[in-house]
Amino acid sequence: MNKVFNKIDSIVGNVITVKASGVSYNELAEINTRFGKSLAEVNKIEGDTVSLQVFAGGQGISTGDEVRFLGHEMRVSFSDDLLGRIFNGSGEPRDNGPALTDNLKPIGGPSVNPTKRILANRMMRTNIPMIDMFNTLVVSQKLPIFSISGEPYNQLLARIAMQAEADVILLGGMGLKYDDFLYFKDTLAAGGALSKTVMFIHTASDPTVECMMIPDMTLAVAEQFALQDKDVLVLLTDMTNFADAMKEIAITQEQVPSNRGYPGDLYSQLAARYEKAVDFANSGSVTVLAVTTMPGDDVTHPVPDNTGYITEGQYYLKGGRIEPFGSLSRLKQNVNGKTRKDHRALMDAMIRMYSSYKETLEKKNMGFSMSRWDEKLLKYGELFENKLMDLSVNLTLEQALDLGWEILADCFEKDETGIKSDLTDEFWKTK
Amino acid sequence: MTENKGKVLSVNGNLVSVEFSGSVSMNEICFVKVENTALKSEVIRIRGNIAQIQVYEMTGGIKCGDEVEFTGEMLSAQLGPGLLGQVYDGLQNPLSVLAEQAGWFLERGNYADGLDSDKKWEFTPTAKVGDTLRAGEYFGTVPEGAFTHKIFLPFNMPQSYKIKSIAEKGEYTVNETVAVVTDERGKEYPLAMAFKWPVKRAIRCYSERLAPKETMETKVRLIDSFFPVAKGGTYCTPGPFGAGKTVLQHTTSKYADVDIVIIAACGERAGEVVETLTEFPELTDPKTGRSLMERTIIICNTSSMPVASREASVYTSVTLAEYYRQMGLNVLLLADSTSRWAQALREMSGRLEEIPGEEAFPAYLESYIAAFYERAGYVRLTDGSFGSVTIGGTVSPAGGNFEEPVTQATLKVVGAFHGLSRERSDARKYPAIDPLISWSKYECVIDRKKSDFLKNILHTGDEIGSMMKVVGEEGTSISDYVTYLKGEMLDAVYLQQNSFDPIEANCFTERQRYVTDKLVSILGSDYSVKNKDEARQFLNRMRQRFINWNYAEFESEEFKRIEAEIDELYNEGGGKLSHEAELLLKGGE
Repeated sequence: MNKVFNKIDSIVGNVITVKASGVSYNELAEINTRFGKSLAEVNKIEGDTVSLQVFAGGQGISTGDEVRFLGHEMRVSFSDDLLGRIFNGSGEPRDNGPALTDNLKPIGGPSVNPTKRILANRMMRTNIPMIDMFNTLVVSQKLPIFSISGEPYNQLLARIAMQAEADVILLGGMGLKYDDFLYFKDTLAAGGALSKTVMFIHTASDPTVECMMIPDMTLAVAEQFALQDKDVLVLLTDMTNFADAMKEIAITQEQVPSNRGYPGDLYSQLAARYEKAVDFANSGSVTVLAVTTMPGDDVTHPVPDNTGYITEGQYYLKGGRIEPFGSLSRLKQNVNGKTRKDHRALMDAMIRMYSSYKETLEKKNMGFSMSRWDEKLLKYGELFENKLMDLSVNLTLEQALDLGWEILADCFEKDETGIKSDLTDEFWKTK
Repeated sequence: MTENKGKVLSVNGNLVSVEFSGSVSMNEICFVKVENTALKSEVIRIRGNIAQIQVYEMTGGIKCGDEVEFTGEMLSAQLGPGLLGQVYDGLQNPLSVLAEQAGWFLERGNYADGLDSDKKWEFTPTAKVGDTLRAGEYFGTVPEGAFTHKIFLPFNMPQSYKIKSIAEKGEYTVNETVAVVTDERGKEYPLAMAFKWPVKRAIRCYSERLAPKETMETKVRLIDSFFPVAKGGTYCTPGPFGAGKTVLQHTTSKYADVDIVIIAACGERAGEVVETLTEFPELTDPKTGRSLMERTIIICNTSSMPVASREASVYTSVTLAEYYRQMGLNVLLLADSTSRWAQALREMSGRLEEIPGEEAFPAYLESYIAAFYERAGYVRLTDGSFGSVTIGGTVSPAGGNFEEPVTQATLKVVGAFHGLSRERSDARKYPAIDPLISWSKYECVIDRKKSDFLKNILHTGDEIGSMMKVVGEEGTSISDYVTYLKGEMLDAVYLQQNSFDPIEANCFTERQRYVTDKLVSILGSDYSVKNKDEARQFLNRMRQRFINWNYAEFESEEFKRIEAEIDELYNEGGGKLSHEAELLLKGGE
């Protein structure tokens, strides 16, 4: 039932309108242009005027080009053959492998019934103390990494991909610099993780509309693996580019913008992607880690702001370190009560002390004299930053906890820590 | 059902325009026939013979010319026994039934009745043939968990009716006829235990609405002692993300002193609902000794579920709350988060191409928010008993900035404001309610004068703290410094509360009164400390003992032992009660 139309009414940016009938919402079409074929998706119908967003962009499309409606929505092929492969936002291979067309699954499907989910309660170890000890990552969690351009967020992501306990890794790159794409490919290959990885990559030079498809393609594949009892880790970078792509299309279509030009449904659109993170009852799981760069280091920018309200916490990557303030894993209490009984109390006390250290540091920088208490805090802060916060530290959770007690004992008396006495009695490292 | 049909003209996101021929009413429910299913939708604008409808589902696949069937009914909730313990989506479809029908995913076009139509309930008539009934009066009861569920004459029957026949005591399903009534003209109406009520209309079948007086205990010290909420009152909890809005509501839903809790998870995370679902059946309600789930209803329209039903979910939940209030019960509705609901309004408004107000929110935002909170209230029912609906809504202001439209519109209509601050949550102070900006118009559980006295210490302590940042510790007098430390201690031992510890989290009124008396005496005293280091050490030790005290069960041996330790330390520090504190404590006795 392929319907062919060849009267393109308007071409504005990446959106074209066609006079056509019998077309359904979100249907896919193929356009033959002088530069080859491109996919397009219906995103508005008004009577017989159909708007489509063209994946390859509006450049070079002629009003006489042929538009062929395919009668189905966007789909992605799913099988174990995907492992080790790299695709673009239209689902075409980016490596030199064959195109996959078997077992096509729709993307952007409905959300999981909440009664079919189970409580996230398995820790995902990464051996990064600032994650494992202070903001534990939990299987099926969705967490953004808030960062700014220039920070080593892709390096952090690659390291987590190598060290985290996951059966399958999916990498979705949006607006990725070509160098970064190569970095991921090479690092994962060198670490032997490429064979359990599937990549959907949109680089900065690819058409905008393809960028918008990346999260849906990636998550649709992740969901299928999870239903085959696999624990899947999805890494997305960078979600701000995805939001900007949406903004571009929305503005092109003259939608009323809500905040700094972003469409009013930014929250719902982001949520629909992040909520794909799931732990299925009696089956696999999807965990999502997504880099969100904050334009101008401003966390109140609409993209990080809306993201923060959706996700289960966030990691702040700043100055090459995961910041203890602001960084938060909301699900950590589901797991950190079961690791070791001193985990929670120690974590809270150390953060509280570090916060006092920051205040003292401020006083010191303003030239005030330091009391004995201040001196203790200063010593503590320095030890904490060097021994635990540094991103290069690679310790198991238990080693990190022991180190924490050592640092406290090095700087304070038991009474000064605010930890319940029965814990200090048991774990205090006497000098 | 009227045979009223229309045809799809255009599709834009979840907004569909339909051409119709008969008559169509505003907010009427209709179904768009697409592929093999029919998608539930609501009419939100009518112009000439074109109705614009919002579809409660994803709209992929809809074609121009598809058939639309109008039902003539407004979006309604089914009211009757069997609501408690259920988990619904925003349109009152029980999620467990949907899971049986469709498996892992929420497939579109899949709907189910709100109440189980096969389950039998033990009906006991309380009225007899010949009795007259008005809307809001009941004619029978059914036991539902720990409650006596009243069976009402439906609220939408406007006259007075005579009972013509009524069923014997026995077991019936919700849809079986249990009574027949006649109106003044003799027309007969069969009545079942369940009936429908349009969710966007408030239920007003009570005699009188009264001012909320009685405090609703939440067991959160900071709320009950300083910024209380009254039964039948309203409060809001705005805060930036990660400040602990949801955790606070979760704790409140567990410990609040009410009969029924309705949790409206509106546009928030699915994981949080799962948490409640896993945890609540295991916990016991101290009031009834039964599972906590039996007093809870969850309406969950999480962020990835369609946005139009997110808007509906808020109304569905408040309708269920009002229904249970009619039975003389105290109901708490926790809406998380009202900002997502406002955003749902904004999305639709944008698609309708309405002229945008501030931050593109529609101009009617304020009146919608006000109308929602006004559905709370403490009422005297027609039989003389009292019931209440308390509404607590979280607000998620963009960028954590309280100046935005949703927060401001909400603050105008609520009775208490619990503002969460990023600073407090970053410093891991739970609950992160900022005592310096929050307020409440209701009565607190402790003596108001003591509450003010302690709040004053906080304020003064904070002022000295910010001054110290400028002049340094050495520029601060020792008495000021001690006041500053006292403020810090009050914060650490009383305002902060560990919600994971069962004893610490459940701090009931009697304990709050006892502990605040102790705090008034300790913080209202002068000590013989020589220098600042000594003062800090002393109050740190005091703080440590107080924290241990908080974890001890009230009036247990351990509780008394630690209290003795505190008194001992007090004497050791040469504590001398100030005149003001002495008067306060005397007044309390």
